[in-house]
Amino acid sequence: MATEFFNHLKCRECGRRYPKKAIHVCEFDFGPLEADYDYDLIRSAISRAKIESRPQTMWRYRELLPIDAEPTVGLQVGYTPLVKADRLAKALGVKELYVKNDTVNYPTLSFKDRVVSVALSRAKELGFKIVACASTGNLANSVAANAASAGLKSYVLIPADLEASKVLNSLVYGTNVIGIHGAYDQVNRLCSEIAGKYGWGFVNVNLRPYYAEGSKSMGFEIAEQLGWRIPTHTVVPMASGSLLTKITKSYEEAIKVGLLDETPFHIHGAQATGCNPIAFAHKSGTDLIKPQPKPNTIAKSLAIGTPADGYYAVNTMRKTGGSAEDATDAEIIEAIKLLAETEGIFAETAGGVTVACAKKMIASGKIADNGPIVLCITGHGLKTSEALQEHLAKPRLIKPSLREFDQLIAAEEALEAAQ
Amino acid sequence: MPIQVSIPTPLRGLTSNQDTVEGSGSTVSEVIQNLEKAFPGIGERLVDEQGNLRRFVNIYVNGEDVRFLDDKNTAIKDNDEVSIVPAIAGG
Repeated sequence: MATEFFNHLKCRECGRRYPKKAIHVCEFDFGPLEADYDYDLIRSAISRAKIESRPQTMWRYRELLPIDAEPTVGLQVGYTPLVKADRLAKALGVKELYVKNDTVNYPTLSFKDRVVSVALSRAKELGFKIVACASTGNLANSVAANAASAGLKSYVLIPADLEASKVLNSLVYGTNVIGIHGAYDQVNRLCSEIAGKYGWGFVNVNLRPYYAEGSKSMGFEIAEQLGWRIPTHTVVPMASGSLLTKITKSYEEAIKVGLLDETPFHIHGAQATGCNPIAFAHKSGTDLIKPQPKPNTIAKSLAIGTPADGYYAVNTMRKTGGSAEDATDAEIIEAIKLLAETEGIFAETAGGVTVACAKKMIASGKIADNGPIVLCITGHGLKTSEALQEHLAKPRLIKPSLREFDQLIAAEEALEAAQ
Repeated sequence: MPIQVSIPTPLRGLTSNQDTVEGSGSTVSEVIQNLEKAFPGIGERLVDEQGNLRRFVNIYVNGEDVRFLDDKNTAIKDNDEVSIVPAIAGG
């Protein structure tokens, strides 16, 4: 089906059109290229009922994703739970709160499986045999796993100081892991040069127009799972700023093709204080992004000092009346624990950033309690468990003796009674 | 040794498909002006009418983003490696 829905790539800055190849920037102004669709045709081709009849994966929104034929990689990805988070809502002091839980995304437990399934399906259509990425960890895991199952050779380039678990979670798939002595931005620059030289399919370089669109599926799902409504507030973690702009695009597109009614919505962005170029620009009232030369945060998956979509992210938050916040390492850890203890969801550090920033936005009134609030939780805590090592109580050790156990419980009850 | 300038794929149409070219000049601005003389049209892709780097253009001197140095006035000396790189998405 469906070549006709997705026509060409288009420069986001000047609107020049380009063929649907492995290219990502406009030759004239270096603006990012974006997939462009025939929305009238899509409008006549899909409906809520049609989508609801399809399998519960991200591909139920197939018409709005940029590949030509049927998807071939990542067929099971997406449609993660939208959890009504009443206990967390109570803790934060709001009425209606949801967690979009991409910690359980298939197969590598982060939202990156969404972008990779689109990028690799498209890479196969374009005839690539080798795929690659620059990554802060999650993308590497997803490229490695999805390339393995698709029978593609892969290279993943990561900063050398990543969390050990994220490195292991790439290595296991038999990919080629290359650690670079440098920050993510330097890895990125190198990848851009390698992509130009080797002709590989780099999911976030020359395949970026396809890759980035995969993030929209998170927004489509949120709206459908809310009963085909756009949440009043959506809080999104920001690294390059791409996810935030694409979730916004998903709401706008779903309105355009008749799936959603047009209702006001606010998009809020969350960063770590140790790498906050987008939040800083938003708070400073500018859209000039001042790059962060040396990101320093436990939220390594968000540590992009030169965010490619920062400019668009700032303007999206401003346009939708959203806000931006950032959270310190201590606040991030507290927030991870809060989410785990109230909702039983273990998020990676980036999820802690989202919860911590949402808490601040609610406390300061930037998020009003005037409708559904959705927090985008994008990766699983097991991937960054090192960050919590020093911050959790140790297990209490006893002998296999009922008497010792009785003593332990009695001491605990005495302590509780005294409080 | 001359200054080596690496040209990204989108601009190679202007450099007869060369991925690196020789540059000259004592600042980033001068290198761009001299590139324009050698490869007409390349200058306006990199800088706006006021000579400021365009939003989606990153220039690195020996691996350092010039926005952390002196931006377009960053000093260049013989042997330096200048890389022109489009902005890239997250990971």
